[in-house]
Amino acid sequence: MKLHKFKQMGMNIVIDVNSGAIHVVDDIVYDVLDYYKNLSLDEIINKLQTKYNKEQLEEAYDEIRQLEEEGMLYTEDPYKNIILNDNGPSYIKAMCLNIAHDCNLKCKYCFASEGDYKGERKLMSAEVGKKAIDFVIENAGPRRNVEIDLFGGEPLMNFKVVKEIVEYARQREKETGKNIRFTITTNATLLTDEIMDFIDENMGNVVLSIDGRKEVNDNIRIRYDGTGTFDDILPKIKKMVEKRKDGKQYYVRGTFTRENLDFYNDVMMLADEGFKEISIEPVVLEDKHPLSLREEDLETIYEQYDKLAEEIVRREKEGKGFKFYHFNIDVNGGPCVYKRISGCGAGYEYVAVTPDGDIYPCHQFVGNEDFKLGNVFTGIENNELIKTFKNGHIYNKPKCMECWARFYCSGGCQANNYSFNKDIHIPYELGCKMMKKRVECAIAIKAKLMEE
Amino acid sequence: MKHIKTINMGALKNSIAKPGCKECANSCQSACKTSCTVANLECENR
Repeated sequence: MKLHKFKQMGMNIVIDVNSGAIHVVDDIVYDVLDYYKNLSLDEIINKLQTKYNKEQLEEAYDEIRQLEEEGMLYTEDPYKNIILNDNGPSYIKAMCLNIAHDCNLKCKYCFASEGDYKGERKLMSAEVGKKAIDFVIENAGPRRNVEIDLFGGEPLMNFKVVKEIVEYARQREKETGKNIRFTITTNATLLTDEIMDFIDENMGNVVLSIDGRKEVNDNIRIRYDGTGTFDDILPKIKKMVEKRKDGKQYYVRGTFTRENLDFYNDVMMLADEGFKEISIEPVVLEDKHPLSLREEDLETIYEQYDKLAEEIVRREKEGKGFKFYHFNIDVNGGPCVYKRISGCGAGYEYVAVTPDGDIYPCHQFVGNEDFKLGNVFTGIENNELIKTFKNGHIYNKPKCMECWARFYCSGGCQANNYSFNKDIHIPYELGCKMMKKRVECAIAIKAKLMEE
Repeated sequence: MKHIKTINMGALKNSIAKPGCKECANSCQSACKTSCTVANLECENR
């Protein structure tokens, strides 16, 4: 597919898939594009003469032709050989450190089986953590930026080790000249003043989990005694966010499920609490799970994204804007084509490490023995699997090659693809549909804001 | 142009001139952890 067009917020938007060019067009061009490639100008005039006059159609046709000649419409894909010829080494430079395979909550949708990843409840030792830091530094090769996500379970159940690992990384950073960026993802229940100060000082990003409205959050994000967490975490999250001055990143992050398909209200609740960096993401669960999102929910989900996009534009114009993670597409920048065609990086640039030091392609594969890549003490044992992930890019995903959004999502989540289709090369279709909607919204927001 | 307003001239194609340094973040590191979007990452080599 070379072209994608859609209508949003009163605009007709056309994306030239391969060049990334984006156009806002009038109704005439929008209609002519339906026939441009298959019919002659005379045939198009014949077809559309009841709607538009000949002169208008000729003008529209000419403008389309001009953009086509300038490489901004119907562009061919010039990138394929870049990736097929890329036989160079890959470098693991991003790591999800599962600091704790344990959690003090039992959220109903947890992919990690309430923190234990279907294994033993366990905390990472400082020894394993430090070895993991050594591993990623060694394997990052020439890459200067190294990312470490402190993850779980709930990583703050093992705060002592978090501190030791960060301290060790800072020392290794000086020795090696690497730039190590930490992120921590926490359910916020264990945040204290001391921990918040530590996080603020040492973390490049902090991801704070809350699902939105109290009734929504407390339906899902519960303690072992069944009580909800909202009243405990909201003040802590606010305090943590208040500390993030000078552009330091944070994300207030939640998940929506079939039980809050009206998640627009959850995003708004968080925005009204003053948060400026918000992410509310679709739950990924097998169809039979009561909280799973299904095909029949899509219409409602699309409406929610539309409403959200309109509200974001409205607030932005009033100077009260906020960032919604999935709409943060910089249409004039963002990652280069080399990144976009290589995918998310799981399994060859990005790995996850368990408390035992076992290495998996990403946090979502943890616990699946077929996907074990090795161990931080003994190194990579399954190089074939690394190759499989490296080759798991859009050009090896036939469905992606038919999709206009391939340079935005870059092939989707390998773990989701695998869990739904038992093959990383076959996209998780429901996820694709929501992704496409979000990309449309993101582009429409930018177009709308540029319009005025 | 009278009928078409171009808001992006083809940043994707133009980025082919970049070195492809692969220094940028991995998408799951930023916030998502479940729903990979690569296009909303930031370039480290602007």
